[in-house]
Amino acid sequence: MQHEKTQNRLLAILSDGILIVYFLFALFPLVWMVLVSLKSGPELFTTKFIFTPTIDNYIAILFGDARAAAGVVARQEFPRNFMNSLIASSGAVLISLLVGVPAAYALARYKFRGKEDLAFTFLSFRFAPELVVIIPLSVIYRQLGLYDTYFGIMWVYQLVTLPLLIWVLRSYFEDISPDIEQAAMIDGYSWWHVFFKILMPLVRPGLAAAALLAFIFAWNNFMFPLVLGGSNVQTVTVASLGYISSAQGFFNRMAAASVLASLPQIILALSIQRYLIRGLSFGAVKG
Amino acid sequence: MSEQAIHSPMPAQEAEPRLPWLVRARPYLIILPALLLLIGILYPFLLGVYYSFTAFNFKVPGSQYNFVGLRNYVRMFTDEDFLYSTYVTLAYAVITTGVELGLGLIVAMLLNRDSRVSKILTPMLIFPMIIAPVIGTLVWKMMMQPSVGILNPILNTVGLPSLEWAAAPQTALFSVTLVDIWMFTPFAAMMILAGLRSFPNAPFEAARVDGASFWFTFRNLTLPMLTPFIIIIIVFRFMDSLKMFDIIFAMTEGGPGNTLMTYQLTAYRTSIQFQRMSAGLPYAILLYIIIYIVSMYLIKAWGRAQRRAAGY
Repeated sequence: MQHEKTQNRLLAILSDGILIVYFLFALFPLVWMVLVSLKSGPELFTTKFIFTPTIDNYIAILFGDARAAAGVVARQEFPRNFMNSLIASSGAVLISLLVGVPAAYALARYKFRGKEDLAFTFLSFRFAPELVVIIPLSVIYRQLGLYDTYFGIMWVYQLVTLPLLIWVLRSYFEDISPDIEQAAMIDGYSWWHVFFKILMPLVRPGLAAAALLAFIFAWNNFMFPLVLGGSNVQTVTVASLGYISSAQGFFNRMAAASVLASLPQIILALSIQRYLIRGLSFGAVKG
Repeated sequence: MSEQAIHSPMPAQEAEPRLPWLVRARPYLIILPALLLLIGILYPFLLGVYYSFTAFNFKVPGSQYNFVGLRNYVRMFTDEDFLYSTYVTLAYAVITTGVELGLGLIVAMLLNRDSRVSKILTPMLIFPMIIAPVIGTLVWKMMMQPSVGILNPILNTVGLPSLEWAAAPQTALFSVTLVDIWMFTPFAAMMILAGLRSFPNAPFEAARVDGASFWFTFRNLTLPMLTPFIIIIIVFRFMDSLKMFDIIFAMTEGGPGNTLMTYQLTAYRTSIQFQRMSAGLPYAILLYIIIYIVSMYLIKAWGRAQRRAAGY
């Protein structure tokens, strides 16, 4: 018995050890990114982990620095890129909400012809190689004048945000018993009243989480603004590539920009942690 | 009058087909905005399929009406780099999905214990996968960089020689798959962890009482019950890594040389960078067909596995 206890103790310590090694691998790049962003120029080329931190890089990224103003180094467009990401992603999520909430409800509640095919067509947006759509779309956008516009980017972001919203919300609507609606209808409430006053409050946490996750995915998207956007709507993801090539020797600036560009997602993701599993699996896994 | 209405079953039966038009059309009306948006996505898709049969070059006006039949497809299949491109596309997807699944399974099982370490670490799983793939890749690129990078100094401290990482053809595939594995192993681990936590206690308790070994329980209980979750991971990770663009593009843009020119990178370079729209599209369409077939198969397998797991 004593022998078995020691064995279990050893096993537990070993398991914790393996976990710690894995998490060193998982978290080290992010910790290193933060460290580099706090380093001054000369310290950049040492691999020391202990140094005097400076927030100069953040100030330079947010407010520009003297050398950029004098034209010695490329101007940092970070604040504008950040706003572009914010506008494009929020707009995309708003469109998805307007279109996706009713669609998810219809797919969850009604039986109608072609229902599953339709649901899978929306899902296929998520899995199809984007280039099949955006190569021709780049031609259409140039003809319609949508190239390098916010609306153009929001529209194409629907490929990312809409399937997520529809599938996750559909699973939340399906969790609610139709009896609740039936009962309210029998009590004489109108369909609109039932939908907005009874159903929506029930799915609200799931809805908020799905919308925030869609926002994160839109924010993280790279290929759409790369192909369909120019300098007007350049997002942080596209701009970040420019930082590394123009910032030879300015890796600390780049790291500071990366930290700032990642903060929104990390904060949002932590706030919806309970709903992440279902969101990330499009409703397939109810975590 | 009212009594008759109550006793007669007729009105209730007739009520169904006589629903007002507006009520019958309601599901279609509700879904109409989404359908309109769908057209806005399907139209370019069909246009893309059409372009792939033309000699469309963005720099040549009118070339989109120059129908050339299967020429672009024949050129793709007979291109000397086509087989290599197929190999890199598949190798990337198989390596990343396989390692992420295996590593995710181990991490999830270790996290699914009653230990303080796992309680502290579990919430941190999401960090690598929630930041933008491009930015995560750039951080790795900095770490691999010869002058400011940290990876070579780490290798040297443990007595290993420096690597050229993504800059050398021999280690380029390793470098990008490493970033993918770093980024998406947490996804696999989170799905499996959700699966493990959803299991009923009784069968595992019974196995323990009967003195079943760890491997016996794992093979006969854990793994079959995990199958639906494993399939979901494969659906997401395999499909996404077949069409992976962000990590490879941010790391090397497909280089050095053509080392990392997957279908997706080839399509991008040909159609967007060289503006030869129709020449790159066959790669994207071939990838679409592969993904379509594999995902149909996987979704069917998922349905079967779910029914089987529910039968326990």
